Amino acid sequence: MVAARPPAPGAWSAYRMIAGMWIRSTLTYRASFALMLCANFLVTAFDFVVIALMFSQVRSLGGYSFAEVAFLYGTSTTAFGLTNALLGSIDKLGARIRDGTLDTLLVRPVPVLAQVAADRFGLQRLGRLLQGVMVLAGSLVALDVHWTVLKAALVPVMLLSGTALFCAVFVAGAAFQFWAQDAAEVQSAFTYGGQTLLQYPPTVFAKDMVRGVTFVLPLAFVNWLPGLYVLGRPYPLGVPQWLAFAPPLVAAGCLALAGLAWRTGVRAYRSTGS
Amino acid sequence: MRLYLVVARGGFRRYTTYRVATAAGVFTNTVFGVIVAYTYIALWEQRPHLGGYDQSQALTYVWVSQALLMTVNMFGGGFADELVERIRTGDIAIDLYRPADLQLWWLSADLGRALFHFLGRGAIPLAFGALVFDLALPADAATWLAFLVAVLFGVVVSFALRFLVALSAFWLLDGAGVSSLVSIAGLFFSGMLLPLNAFPGLLGEVARALPWSSLLQIPADVLMGRHRGWGLLGAYGFQLGWAAALLGAGRLLQSAAVRRVVVQGG
Repeated sequence: MVAARPPAPGAWSAYRMIAGMWIRSTLTYRASFALMLCANFLVTAFDFVVIALMFSQVRSLGGYSFAEVAFLYGTSTTAFGLTNALLGSIDKLGARIRDGTLDTLLVRPVPVLAQVAADRFGLQRLGRLLQGVMVLAGSLVALDVHWTVLKAALVPVMLLSGTALFCAVFVAGAAFQFWAQDAAEVQSAFTYGGQTLLQYPPTVFAKDMVRGVTFVLPLAFVNWLPGLYVLGRPYPLGVPQWLAFAPPLVAAGCLALAGLAWRTGVRAYRSTGS
Repeated sequence: MRLYLVVARGGFRRYTTYRVATAAGVFTNTVFGVIVAYTYIALWEQRPHLGGYDQSQALTYVWVSQALLMTVNMFGGGFADELVERIRTGDIAIDLYRPADLQLWWLSADLGRALFHFLGRGAIPLAFGALVFDLALPADAATWLAFLVAVLFGVVVSFALRFLVALSAFWLLDGAGVSSLVSIAGLFFSGMLLPLNAFPGLLGEVARALPWSSLLQIPADVLMGRHRGWGLLGAYGFQLGWAAALLGAGRLLQSAAVRRVVVQGG
C-alpha cells in the first residue's frame, strides 16, 4: 500500500512559501535589515545620481533632456527591479551546482525553477524597485509630452513586458550556468549591463551596439522602442514605429525560449556527486 | 616576514583556480567598460575638458576604473565577508591563536588576491580599451611604475577600510548591513561612477579629501601623468597618510575586540 501523499504544491505556491520563510528570517535581525534596505536603495540610486551629476554639467546627453533620460532610467530600473525582486537569487545557481546543494532541490516534489528563484528571497531588493518607481514618477511629471490614451496605456504595458524580458534573460543566463558553472558574471554583463545600457538614450551608443540589443538580444523592447514612441523621438536604425507595440509579443517569445533553455539545462545537469 | 610572503602567495594562488570565473569577469568588465565609455563620450562632447580631462583622458579613466575595480575592491566585501563569517562562527579564535598578527595576516592574503586580480582581470580590459578607443596612456616605463606604486597604496587603503568594517562584527555579529553601507560609500567616493574631479563644487572637494580617492582617482591620475615630481610625492603622501591612520584605527579596534573573545569549548 502506498501511503496517501498530499499533492505537491504548484510552482507559485512553492515560491510564496520559500519567499515567506526568507522574509521571516531577514526580519529577525531588524537593524541589519533596515540597513540593507537603505543600502540597496542607495546603491541602485547611485546610477541615477551619476546621471544627475552629469546633468549638473550639461543640458542634454545624446540630444536628450534630463526628464527624457530620467524616463528611460525609470522604466528600465522599475522593470529590472521587479525582475530582481522576483528572480534575483537565480544567478547563484552556479554556486549551488558547484557545492552540490542543487541536488537537494531536485529531489523535492516542487519545480526547481521556483525553488532556485525564491531562495534567499530578500525584501531589501525592493529598494531598487522603489527607487525606479520614484524616478519614473518624477519623470512623468517633468516630461513635456503630448499624452494620448495610447501613450498612457503603453507605459504600464512596457513595464510588465520589460519585466518579462528581463526575467527571460535571467532564466536563460541561469540555464547557461548548467554548462559554465563558474561564469555567473557573464550573466551580469547581460542583465546588469543591459539595464545600465537602457538607462541612456540609444543615440549615445555605437550603431552596432544598438543593432545588437534590438535584433540579437532584444533588450531594446524593454524601454527604448516603446519609450521613444511615448517621447515622440525618432527611432534608431530606422525601424518601423509599430514595433513600439511589439514588447508583449517579443517578451512572450523570449520567455518561451528561456524556458526551453532551462529545461535543456536541467536535463543536462550532472551532480558533482560529492 | 617569510610567513606573510607565504600567506600572500596563498592569497594569489587561491584565485588562480577560478579560471572560468576570471574569464567571465574579464568579459563583464569589458562590456561595462564599453557602455560607460560611450556615456562619457556623450558627456565630454557636450563639455570638453570637464574636470580638466580631455576626451581621451576621460576614456582612459573608464578603462583604468574597470581594470582596478576588483584589484582595489571598490565594491567592498572580498576577504571582509570571510572574516565576518569567522567572527560570527567563532573560528576567529583559531586565527587569534596562530603565531601571526591578525591584521598583517589578512593584509598579506589580500595583497596576493589584489595582484591576481590586477593581472587576471585588469590587464585584458585595459588592453581592449586601448585597442578600441583612443586612450591617453603613457609611453614611458617610469610613469607605469609610479602607477603601480599608487595602485599598491590604494589596495592597502582599501584593505584598511574593509578590515575596520569586518571587525565591527565583533560587536554587531551580523556585519552585512554596515558592510553594505560602507561599500556604497566606497563605490561613490572612489570615483568609480564618475571621476571625482568632475563632481561639482564642494561635493568634489570633500570626495577628493576622503580615503576612497586613493583607490582609483589617484592611481588613474598618476597613470595619466597628472602628478609628477613633488606632486607625485604629495599624492603618495595622501595615500600613505590615510593608510597609516586607518591601519592604526584597525589595530586599536583589534585589540579591543580580542579582549571580547570568549572561547566556548566543544
